[in-house]
Amino acid sequence: MSQTQTNQPTISKEEATWMFEKMLEIRHFEDRVHDIFGTGILPGFVHLYAGEEAIAVGLCSHLDDKDYITSTHRGHGHCIAKGCDLEGMMAEIYGRATGLCKGKGGSMHIADVEKGMLGANGIVGGGFPLAVGAGLTHKLKKTGGVAVCFFGDGANNHGTFHEGINMAAIWNLPVIFVAENNGFAEATPFHYASSCKSIADRAIGYGIPGETVDGKDVMAVREAAQRAVERARNGEGPTLIECITYRNYGHFEGDAQTYKGEEKVKHLDDLDAIKKFYTYLTEQGIMTEAELDQMDDDVRRAVDRAVEFAERSPYPLPEQLMEDVYVSYKTDGGAAR
Amino acid sequence: MTRQITFSQAVNEAMALSMREDQDVILLGEDVAGGAAVDHLQDEEAWGGVMGVTKGLVQEFGRERVIDTPIAEAGYIGAAVTAAATGMRPIAELMFNDFIGSCLDEVMNQGAKLRYMFGGKAKVPLTIRTMHGAGFRAAAQHSQSLYSFFTHIPGLKVVIPSTPYDAKGLLLESIFDDDLVVFFEDKTLYTMKGEVPEGSYRIPFGKADIKRKGEDVTIVAIGKMVHTAIKAAAELSKNGVEAEIIDPRTLSPLDEDTILSSVEKTGRLIVVDEANPRCSAATDIAALVADKGFDYLDAPIKMVTAPHTPVPFAPSLEDIYLPTPDKIIKAVQEMTGSELVI
Repeated sequence: MSQTQTNQPTISKEEATWMFEKMLEIRHFEDRVHDIFGTGILPGFVHLYAGEEAIAVGLCSHLDDKDYITSTHRGHGHCIAKGCDLEGMMAEIYGRATGLCKGKGGSMHIADVEKGMLGANGIVGGGFPLAVGAGLTHKLKKTGGVAVCFFGDGANNHGTFHEGINMAAIWNLPVIFVAENNGFAEATPFHYASSCKSIADRAIGYGIPGETVDGKDVMAVREAAQRAVERARNGEGPTLIECITYRNYGHFEGDAQTYKGEEKVKHLDDLDAIKKFYTYLTEQGIMTEAELDQMDDDVRRAVDRAVEFAERSPYPLPEQLMEDVYVSYKTDGGAAR
Repeated sequence: MTRQITFSQAVNEAMALSMREDQDVILLGEDVAGGAAVDHLQDEEAWGGVMGVTKGLVQEFGRERVIDTPIAEAGYIGAAVTAAATGMRPIAELMFNDFIGSCLDEVMNQGAKLRYMFGGKAKVPLTIRTMHGAGFRAAAQHSQSLYSFFTHIPGLKVVIPSTPYDAKGLLLESIFDDDLVVFFEDKTLYTMKGEVPEGSYRIPFGKADIKRKGEDVTIVAIGKMVHTAIKAAAELSKNGVEAEIIDPRTLSPLDEDTILSSVEKTGRLIVVDEANPRCSAATDIAALVADKGFDYLDAPIKMVTAPHTPVPFAPSLEDIYLPTPDKIIKAVQEMTGSELVI
């Protein structure tokens, strides 16, 4: 970082407010889901994004509603950063009719197409071709929009990684591939499962730029994202960004995390992404501690409201089982031929 | 007389008409034009599809709308799913239906389910055209008929035309349908000629076509088996047995009423399907009639299908793999208990 950058704020107060707020929303949302899951009332699987906030927020700080993102099984953070409604999200995770997907997707399929969020995805590696398709639409319709594909280090060994990035590169599509390398694919370390030192190195094989950034530093992610988004919007094609990060919780809720070591303590404390950004904002004089602490209180209350909303919302009615299978007709509910 | 064109030309014409009508219709697949980025070809095709079905489209619509893809089915079929969900109306060609193994996730877990998982907030107006069928000496990995696979999956519509007329009308319906449609083209039917009107027309899904009227036995035949059944029916007729041949045309949705009404009339059902027999379209249709039309039946339901084997290469084996008119006639004999002299 150059001298000028360290001495002068590189973001406006308005941008900083949005970013810090989104990071807090993700953290408090996920911490609450963790606590609630522990009580046993949530159906299904949940995979929490806490610890990785800087990546979704750093990227999405350059996006608007016309831009698309594809996500992963660990998708709540991407949803929040893309502007999805916290109450609708929480209701979805509770399986309620008021959820973003009317309670029919749940945590692993949470989506809001109007916000450009093309869904969390239960299939590791599922997002690569999907992001390419969204990028293809942007290119053909000349919208100026981009598509961002968030994926984990586990997905970087999947065949669709190759097919998707290669295709985006040959067609020069406005797609940004964002690896969230949290060190573990489920319970298997990155260095065991990947025959490369860094995911970014794999960009060479596709003739596109690839870089590795500190995924716990939202400003670093934001800066790399800015270059990639500009390239994409200018028609210069895709970029691969690898963000080194750590997940605060297990692969899924209930994971005993026996594969983690001492590093865990540091990540939850000194290396914490929100702590880092808090320090940056106050030291740079962009925001005061009082302002940031007030935001923290406000976000906690917003998450409380989301939980209350979810808990008082109804479950989907039996007739909703048969809805939205097809656009043009309902299946009959019986033999369903 | 209405003009006669081939099945292949009918499919081509439906694509051209849809692309003229709607700028959002694009075609992508392996060598759908061929020769992309070859300097001397530009907007000329090298192939126009491996069987020439997409010939002439790149000349009319350009390489921006007729897109040659890498041989990467997961990549481009998956891309077609979200291109559809974000505002395009793509036609993706999966060269052979056997290649679904390379992109089943994109069809089954993504395309078929987006709408439901997202609570109705997405639609996927994608048509996947794919070749199927044995009898081409193409062996085990290029000859299967996998429509039952797709029929099993909610969210997909499954279309299998048997004539050039049906192919054009059903493909236009597929392209302008707002759901994901898998459209099967039997490679042995491409050269078949039939009457096809010029201009656009659509055949609705879920409407079976009675290809031959008869009173004595109902034969539900899928795809090119319609023609096998017609040959059998001609022989049966010489012996005083009149078969009614029903072509479902779409397996999802399935026109249950037409099948059940016919069985109510004839009291007998044979399902002719060139696919493997277990958990198949044939068993599904047999189950439908056993479930909802049991009282109409005067005899047990018969299925005439391929055996439970991969498609063999040797002509001597492939010929006995496929259902034939003789096998259908034999099934009718068993059913009626009559000693028909053929």
